[in-house]
Parts: sequence; structure tokens; C-alpha cells
Amino acid sequence: MIQINNLTKRYGEFLAVDDISFNVEKGKILGFLGPNGAGKTTTMRIITGFMPPSEGFVTISGHDVSKEPLLTKNKIGYLPETPPLYMDMTVEEYLNFAGLLKQVPNKKIKYAVENACLKVDINDVKNKVIKALSKGYKQRVGLAQAIIHEPEVLILDEPTIGLDPIQIREVRDLIKSLAGNHTIVLSTHILPEVDMTCDEVVIIKKGKIIAQDTPKNLSKKMNKSSLEEIFIDLISESRSEEK
Amino acid sequence: MKNIITIFNREFRSYFSSPIAYIVIGLFLVLTGVFFYLLTSSFLQYSANLQWQAARMRQAVPPMNVNQMIIRPLFSNISVITLFVVPMITMRTFSDEKKSGTLELLLTSPVTTTQIVVGKFLASFLLYVIMALLTWVYPLVIIIYGNPDILPIGIAYIGIIGMGAASIGIGLWISSMTENQIISAMGTFVILLFLWLVGWFSNFTSGGFSEFFKYLSIIEHFNDFSKGIFDTGHLMYYVSLSGMTLFLAHQSIESLRWRS
Ligand SMILES: Nc1ncnc2c1ncn2[C@@H]1O[C@H](COP(=O)(O)OP(=O)(O)OP(=O)(O)O)[C@@H](O)[C@H]1O
Ligand SMILES: [Mg+2]
Repeated sequence: MIQINNLTKRYGEFLAVDDISFNVEKGKILGFLGPNGAGKTTTMRIITGFMPPSEGFVTISGHDVSKEPLLTKNKIGYLPETPPLYMDMTVEEYLNFAGLLKQVPNKKIKYAVENACLKVDINDVKNKVIKALSKGYKQRVGLAQAIIHEPEVLILDEPTIGLDPIQIREVRDLIKSLAGNHTIVLSTHILPEVDMTCDEVVIIKKGKIIAQDTPKNLSKKMNKSSLEEIFIDLISESRSEEK
Repeated sequence: MKNIITIFNREFRSYFSSPIAYIVIGLFLVLTGVFFYLLTSSFLQYSANLQWQAARMRQAVPPMNVNQMIIRPLFSNISVITLFVVPMITMRTFSDEKKSGTLELLLTSPVTTTQIVVGKFLASFLLYVIMALLTWVYPLVIIIYGNPDILPIGIAYIGIIGMGAASIGIGLWISSMTENQIISAMGTFVILLFLWLVGWFSNFTSGGFSEFFKYLSIIEHFNDFSKGIFDTGHLMYYVSLSGMTLFLAHQSIESLRWRS
């Protein structure tokens, strides 16, 4: 479904993403892990067509993101690191706008907005101005925006950041419920989240993939019980190598 | 087309969900109103003087040209005032979206950069046109109490609107280059001021330079419109300046993707 081929991104001289490749199969959830500055956001921005790669390419069900931007963007729902919200709009106005941008036909827009609000449970704040919402609700509105056109692919950059534990669990359940119909890539720092929701994990550090497997296999291979240990191990391992 | 309308709608409504539109339009009408008042009152005084003199000399009152004495200076003033309010209209267009991250939504949606730029341009332009046309009450007062030629008034409005399109293009372009609204407004104002003053430089230079400066001047091209002379060359200047600045805005958004 999503194929990432030898992706490299340079910001000037700085190498942010270094020749990474992986695939995500249809209906699967891939957890994208890495410490701060590893290149997660950069990779996601390339997948969503926000910016072009320096080298390599990304395809969504066989279509190259750089060559067929309109087609592939239509298949993707994206929640950026900071939810892209217009603070002056009400939730409903905003989702209406997002839906139209994502090519939901005029006739179906009302239904799409209702459906998205239902899924992320924001019906009670539909008529509120976004700037008046709590952080958790803002995050949900961002999520609603990402799923409004029922995209095949969902790219979620730290979807549970800034949420309280109950909300985190809710969003996690929501993401799980979305899998199957959607193919999902989500980045996170919260390791239990990956354990619980993801079918596969890719761990990157300094732009390079340092591990890639199912959460189960990873624990088996490394002989560790929790992903957290593995993660810390891997990251500090490569840290000591550099010395 | 549908995408342009989507962008346009949100943009245009956003003007009215903050005080911006009301402040800009209010300021514009107050300033133009003050000038209209000053122009008419000095005209009335002048004509009263003439009548009194004519009566004293037992002569007929010499004809006075309302178009020349009120309409023309009125539109010159309006055109100058637009240079001050256009930066306020365009300052948020791209800067705000860059700062809040909503540009990321636009640029990852299945719409083209051209559609984004054109949609935003049309929204700012419509606000400008509404604002400019609200001044129709001033010419109307003159039409009711005086006997001006109507056609030159219409032509002056074409000039005001053409000049606005070009100014708004400049504003959008500057806004696309910064995420700071204040810098966006100041930058736009400085460029507009330059395009306004550059006409004066032509007085101090000669030959080709002088012609060139004159050609650049955004106000120089307006002079004929305010006199009621319709010249497609001047209109072409505004149209090409609008086109060029929108192209530059497009390029700056695109290059943002490459650099960021
Ligand atoms: N626009 C930019 N210009 C220059 N360097 C950048 C830019 N954006 C990101 N970087 C650098 O690229 C590297 C990767 O950044 P990225 O945002 O992709 O990391 P991340 O994995 O998402 O980190 P975090 O977990 O903190 O969100 C960082 O070192 C960052 O400083
Ligand atoms: Mg990030």
C-alpha cells in the first residue's frame, strides 16, 4: 500500500533522513519510533507530499507521490505534529472546509462531517469556536480532519501528544478501530502505545533505520520483555558506537 | 474551480470573523470622507466667492468644472489612501497560515498551489472592491447637488480597482515570504510606497531613466484614470503587475516546500 524507497532528505548540508526503505501493507498499522530529531516528521512530510525528497521516492498503491500529487494526496489523511486548525472557525465550519479541500462532494459533506465528529467523539463541541477548545479536543478535531474523506492511508504524527491518559486510551482505541479500512503510519514517543496498537515497528535514529519488525519478534530477538527496553537499548547502542 | 471557491470562501469569511474587515473598511471610509468633506467645502467656498465677485461686477458667473475640482482630486486621494489599507487586507493571507501550520493542511490537500493563490487573491480583491465601491456615496452627493460628467467617475473606479488588484498581488507575494504579519504589512507598505514615489524620481532624472521610473509608478498610471481618460495601456500595467506578483507568490510557496 505504502512503499518507501531509498528515501533521503537533506536540509542544506544536514542529512535528516538517510536512505530509508520500508513498506506498509494494506490495513496494517506501522509504528514509527525514534528519539527527538530522528527524522520522523520529515519522513511523514515527504509521504504526504508536503515536501519532496532529495532522493528516493514514495508510492501510495503504486502511484508516485511526487509525480501524481493530486491523486495520492486524495488517498491520504494527515495529522501533522501541530494540528492545522483555523482558530477563528467553529469545529463544524472547519471540518466542512477540510472536507471540501479533500474533495468530498457537496452532497456528502454534511454526512462526512457528522460521521467524523461521531468517530472522534466531538459532537458536543461541534458549534464551538476552535480556539476555545482544550488541547485534547483540538487534537481530536485534527484527527477528524484527517479521516473526513475516509482516506485509504492515514499518516499521524504523534497523535496522542498532549492528551491525558484517558484520552490517550480513547485515541488509541480509535486508531485501532480505523485500521482495516485504513493503512496507518503513526509516529510516537510513547512505547506502550506501539506495543498495543501496531502490527509493525520501524525504529529510526539520526535518519537511519536501526530496527524493523513486529513488536513480538523484536522482543523475542532482543530477549527483552518490553519494547521500552529494546528502544533504549538500540538508541544507546548506536550512541556508544559513535564514540 | 471548486477548489478555488473553497479557498476563497474560507478566506473571505475569515475577514469578517475578526475585526480586521470592519477596521479596514471603517478607516478607509473615514479617511476618504474627510478628504471629500475638505474638497467640497473648499469648492463651495470658492464658488461662493466667484458668485459674489460676479454679482459685484454685474457679470455672469463663470462656469466651474465639478469634475476637475472635486471628482479628480477625490479619486487621487482615494488612490493614495488605498496604499495604506491594502497592507492591512493582505498581511494575514499567507503569514498567518505559515505561522499556525494550516499551510501544511493546504499543501497536503489535493489542490494546486495556483488554486490556493488565486482563491486567496480573489478573497482579498473582493474585500477591496467592496471597500472601494462603498465610496460611491461621495460621487452620488455630487450628482445630486451638481452636474458632473458620469463617465469619468466610472473610469476612475476602473482605475481604483485595477490599482487595487496590483497592490493586493504585491501584498500576497510579500505575505507568502514571511510568517510575521507585521513584517508582511510593513514590507507591502514599503513596496507600495516605493512604487508610488518612484514617479517623483522621474522629475530628477532624464531620458530613458525618467521614462522607466514613470512607467514603474503605480500612481502615474492612475492619473489618466482620475482624469477620466481610459487607456488600455494603463490597465495592462495593473493587470500584468497583478499577474506577475501572483506568479511570484506561487513560486515563493513552491520554493518553501523545497527549502523547508
Ligand atoms: N525545516 C528544517 N530546516 C532544517 N532542518 C530541519 C528542518 N526540519 C527539521 N530539521 C532537522 O531535521 C532533523 C529531523 O527532524 P524531524 O522533525 O523530522 O524529527 P522528528 O523525528 O520528528 O523529531 P521529534 O520527535 O522531536 O518530533 C532534526 O535534526 C531537525 O533539526
Ligand atoms: Mg516530529
